Amino acid sequence: MITTTGLTKVYRSRGREVTALDGVDLHVREGEVYGVIGQSGAGKSSLIRCVNLLERPTAGTVTVAGQDLTALAGRGPRAGRELRRARSRIGMVFQHFNLLSSRTVQDNVELPLEILGTSGRERSRKALELLDLVGLADKARAYPAQLSGGQKQRVGIARALAGDPKVLLSDEATSALDPETTRSILQLLRDLNRQLGLTVLLITHEMDVVKSVCDSAALMERGRIVEHGTVSELLATPGSALATALFPVGGEATGADRTVLDVTFHGEAATQPVISQLSRTYNIDISILGAAIDTVGGLQIGRMRIELPGRYEDNVVPVGFLREQGLRIDVVGARHQEPVLVEEGAK
Amino acid sequence: MTWSEMQPLLSQACSETFSMVLWSTLIAVAAGLPLGILLVLTDRGGLLQNLVANKVTGQIVNVGRSMPFIILMVALMSFTRWVTGTTIGTTAAIVPLAIGGIPFFARLVETAVREVDGGLVEAVQAMGGNTWTIVRKVLVPEALPSLIASTTTTVIALIGYSAMAGTVGGGGLGDLAVRYGYQRFETQLMWITVLILAVAISLIQFAGDLAARSLHARGGRSGPAPRLRLLKAGEPAGAGTGKVA
Repeated sequence: MITTTGLTKVYRSRGREVTALDGVDLHVREGEVYGVIGQSGAGKSSLIRCVNLLERPTAGTVTVAGQDLTALAGRGPRAGRELRRARSRIGMVFQHFNLLSSRTVQDNVELPLEILGTSGRERSRKALELLDLVGLADKARAYPAQLSGGQKQRVGIARALAGDPKVLLSDEATSALDPETTRSILQLLRDLNRQLGLTVLLITHEMDVVKSVCDSAALMERGRIVEHGTVSELLATPGSALATALFPVGGEATGADRTVLDVTFHGEAATQPVISQLSRTYNIDISILGAAIDTVGGLQIGRMRIELPGRYEDNVVPVGFLREQGLRIDVVGARHQEPVLVEEGAK
Repeated sequence: MTWSEMQPLLSQACSETFSMVLWSTLIAVAAGLPLGILLVLTDRGGLLQNLVANKVTGQIVNVGRSMPFIILMVALMSFTRWVTGTTIGTTAAIVPLAIGGIPFFARLVETAVREVDGGLVEAVQAMGGNTWTIVRKVLVPEALPSLIASTTTTVIALIGYSAMAGTVGGGGLGDLAVRYGYQRFETQLMWITVLILAVAISLIQFAGDLAARSLHARGGRSGPAPRLRLLKAGEPAGAGTGKVA
């Protein structure tokens, strides 16, 4: 749905050059929620602004819904008619909401429709319908300053949906909100994604956002995408920084002759209650040191750190059992190399 | 001088001042608003970035702003004659007043429009809006309270300038105060004109504040109210020239 190839953005000011994007290849599938995460300055904001060409990329192409936007852009800095029409089919929500304070909530939602040239009656019908969808039907006549942050962002979302977009860009939409409100806004985005089949590209610096709504994620560092994939794929990737950050586990061995294992649950294999099976089959006591597990669509996804009595040499058989179940096992603090076979077992 | 002698002089002067200020304000606003918006749009990073045009316009505005009004009036005489067919009288005085008001108002518009959050412009760009849409739907409505405050300041400055219109036979309250009050030692008449000007300016300021504030009121508590106060504090031109009379 959204594809960028070799996307590069270089800012020049007073002879200095700053490379914000360095050859970014991004592919967002239709109907998924895709999260780009990174620290500030990683280039994620430039990336999302290049997708609807608010920022002109220095090199590379952007294709949204099969349309090459970079080809529409023309040469000058101003957006031509074609590009403006394409933009009207891409919704965008912002960190600071960017609602017009001089307009009521309803008039704010009608603004994109005014730009599209929709008739007055149709505008007002559509705006009220969208406000109902985001749960603000009773606030149509209020001004933005009378709303809370979460309500403002709901208006922002309703406004972004006014042009019936297939794609929604979310530029740190929840970063100015408290955790409770963040959850409700993310839930709304998730619902819209499901109900309307909306493809969502969101950027954030909060791991929780990715964890709670994203189907896929990418990690950006210094203008490059260093890791990407579905949440399950990321978990299956040994040494994935994103997987570790999404599902952090901690805990130290409680004694010298103990084996500490990180068990990664991902994909179709992770449906069995393996820990209790392990305990019963080999009659061993298992301590859980830490765990970060989510259940998504009936599958368990996440990581768990467990401790088995005895050294690694004593636990070769139980570890083999776990691997047979299709789980990825990393021995914590182990000197020796993990066999590469693990990955195949996962699939 | 008795009241019955003063009364016709005063009412004549009032209507002359009113007419000069009204027409020059209308022209100054009509021309200064687009000029001020263009100054923002053509600036670096603006939607219509054109640094050459921006610098040239900026310089013209600066020259217009820095020229003492009385000099401007004399300098514009041939232009005034070309426009109105005469260089004396109330109508002739409107021309230099309007020309003096345009750069004054344009700078105030520029400041007001610059205050509009760039995020709003970006949001409308992301919706597919063009530059004209952004000017009409974002820049002007969002800056409206400030623009009203700027208009108030301009009206008051023009009332001050209009006192000098007597030089070209424009009449008005200021002229009356100089001719009768100063030159003929009719102190009483002079004080009455000063009082009328003071009351008029207070009323205009009050009405302007009220209008600007009522626009803020719908924006609720977190509206950009402090900006208004800043603007009022920074209007030495209006306050200063008001005293000329």
